[in-house]
Amino acid sequence: MHGITFDIAHMLAGSLVLVSFMQLYQDRLSALLNTFALHALVLAASVAWQAFVQDAAHLYITALIALVFKAIVIPVVLRRIVVRLGIHREIENVYGVGLAMLLGIGLVALSMVVMLRVTADADPLAREDLAFALSVVLLGLLMMVTRRNAVSQVVGFMSLENGLVLAATGAKGMPLVVEISVAFSVLIAFIVIGIFLFRIRERFDTVDLQAMDRFRGEKQ
Amino acid sequence: MTFDALSGVLLIPAASACLLAALPGYKLTSRLNVLAAFLTFATACSLFVVEPVSGNYLLVDDLNKVFIVLTTFVSFTTSAFSASYIGHEIEIGRLKLSYVRFYHAMYQVLMFGMNLALIANNIGLMWVAIELATLTTVLMVGIYRTHEALEAAWKYFILGSVGIALALFGTILIYMAALPVIGEGPDAMVWTILVAHAARFDADLLNVAFVFLLLGYGTKVGLAPLHAWLPDAHAEGPTPISAVLSGLLLNVALYALLRFKMLLALNPVAIAPGPLMVTMGLISAVFAAFMLYRRRDIKRMFAYSSIEHMGIIVFAFGMGGPLANFAGLLHMTMHSLTKSAIFFAVGHISQIKGTQKIADISGLTVTHPVLGWGLVLGVVAIAGLPPLGIFMSEFLVVSSTFGREPWLVLILVFAILVALGGLFLKLSTIAFGEPRGSTAASEASYVPMFAHLAIVFVAGIYLPAPLVAGFENVARLLG
Repeated sequence: MHGITFDIAHMLAGSLVLVSFMQLYQDRLSALLNTFALHALVLAASVAWQAFVQDAAHLYITALIALVFKAIVIPVVLRRIVVRLGIHREIENVYGVGLAMLLGIGLVALSMVVMLRVTADADPLAREDLAFALSVVLLGLLMMVTRRNAVSQVVGFMSLENGLVLAATGAKGMPLVVEISVAFSVLIAFIVIGIFLFRIRERFDTVDLQAMDRFRGEKQ
Repeated sequence: MTFDALSGVLLIPAASACLLAALPGYKLTSRLNVLAAFLTFATACSLFVVEPVSGNYLLVDDLNKVFIVLTTFVSFTTSAFSASYIGHEIEIGRLKLSYVRFYHAMYQVLMFGMNLALIANNIGLMWVAIELATLTTVLMVGIYRTHEALEAAWKYFILGSVGIALALFGTILIYMAALPVIGEGPDAMVWTILVAHAARFDADLLNVAFVFLLLGYGTKVGLAPLHAWLPDAHAEGPTPISAVLSGLLLNVALYALLRFKMLLALNPVAIAPGPLMVTMGLISAVFAAFMLYRRRDIKRMFAYSSIEHMGIIVFAFGMGGPLANFAGLLHMTMHSLTKSAIFFAVGHISQIKGTQKIADISGLTVTHPVLGWGLVLGVVAIAGLPPLGIFMSEFLVVSSTFGREPWLVLILVFAILVALGGLFLKLSTIAFGEPRGSTAASEASYVPMFAHLAIVFVAGIYLPAPLVAGFENVARLLG
């Protein structure tokens, strides 16, 4: 591994973690969707670089899917939904931004400690990628936990999936089956979510999940 | 690929899903659904006669044969129950006719997903199959489109996706662990090849991978504290789906966990997965047992009972060893049969009474003797009273592990007793209280329910020798 190829891969994967942090403090839905598009863009660049470094042509397809589907199509469609629903511009955080950022830093530190320790013998590039990927996955989870708006939960879930794609491409020679399935699962997930958002609107006129809480079977 | 029993259990559901999606009406399609499920079951049984050759993608061995036959059998009986259940739902207008097509197609897609997960010889393929099965059940849970159903489906979807994402991360880590030993490419994801080389994998990576897999697939198994989706999904979806969820889908996720546990057990340096599973199993059993007392919804109550039993099963497999594994397998089989029988009864009961609230269902043995006594028998079985099958399997779980970890087993016994109290407290109202609610005659088909209960009853008294030999063999495989 040459110094410069490693550095670029390192930078791209690191940027993905950085964009994940940016998502944590976006308090408007439109800004959040823009940040998600950026997230997917960085992922596409990172995957394309991996394809170049590993000389694995099939990874370019994964990069292309990330670019077209996640960076363009999904943000555009979600924006339309958000506009059509006329959702409030503000999204409430359950916890404050400061606390969420601190928790995020803690999660990144945790994933570094865990992954760098257990992969001591692995290829250094794969090692860094896995550590960053786990950070992105955990930050996505954190976002899903701290938001109560359905759309931002979906965005959190998709950035979590981005972390998985990063991990899958970092693992050298991982069979194509899995990459397609990851992309495909996002597609299915999106369809399902689309149906749900549509139905939620039909039934509730809101996508605030807190409004649904009182319909829980146990509460009277 | 030539046509054999392995491709059969995949092709029959896939083809019938396409066919059922195209046909209108419900009378014909619900019968076709039963027929397709029966054909799949028959094909699965033929695995015992002619064993097909396993390839790099599909695999059949003694372990998954047990799971496949159980899965296809319960799907067959559930489809028979579903035919009468769905007919009633359409008559009262709770389910629109246009959704029935979708419902039946999804039912077969679910069968396809579960069968594929069970016979996949590739950890990536297995992951895809479990995800497919999950997504179809999400759609089915939301099919009534009420507030509660949508919220349940949403919760299930979000928690299920997080679980499945963690499981994928674990799968990638397993691949990373296999990479230096097996080399790049698809081979490093094939079960049979992984198992052959597991001893030389990097132990640290395997450990971390197993934690992710346990959390990921454990969410699907419904282990506390990852169980939050389960009661809602069981309560709000159509009852046939509750039966399939409790009886089958939880088992399929458990099967995935067991496979990875076997992999870890082959590596001498890796942590023993047992204690982790034992802990989660015990927490689930105790937690769910106490939760039974506060339930007002009948389906929700039995959903918590499923969590409790999955806890017991995971505990047994976590303890490991031929005896405890045998007990775990037997308990899993008995639980699948009993719980789906209970849901068959509950489905008809809630249809007649028009409610799932326990307070509004009362005195069933007076108003509807057959259903009422069927439910009583089912609850007696699930609570683990002799002489039924679950008593036998719970007794085996306790006796096979008591000598090794007496304190842990005491906790388990405590959970079983607490659950027994909770179930009987509610049952006394439901079955023997003041008769309340509609007394309309039911047009239920009792055959699936009593068929399951009969098997459970017989199994409590006598287990056929070939079955015991088969289970013992699988228990040895599980290590």
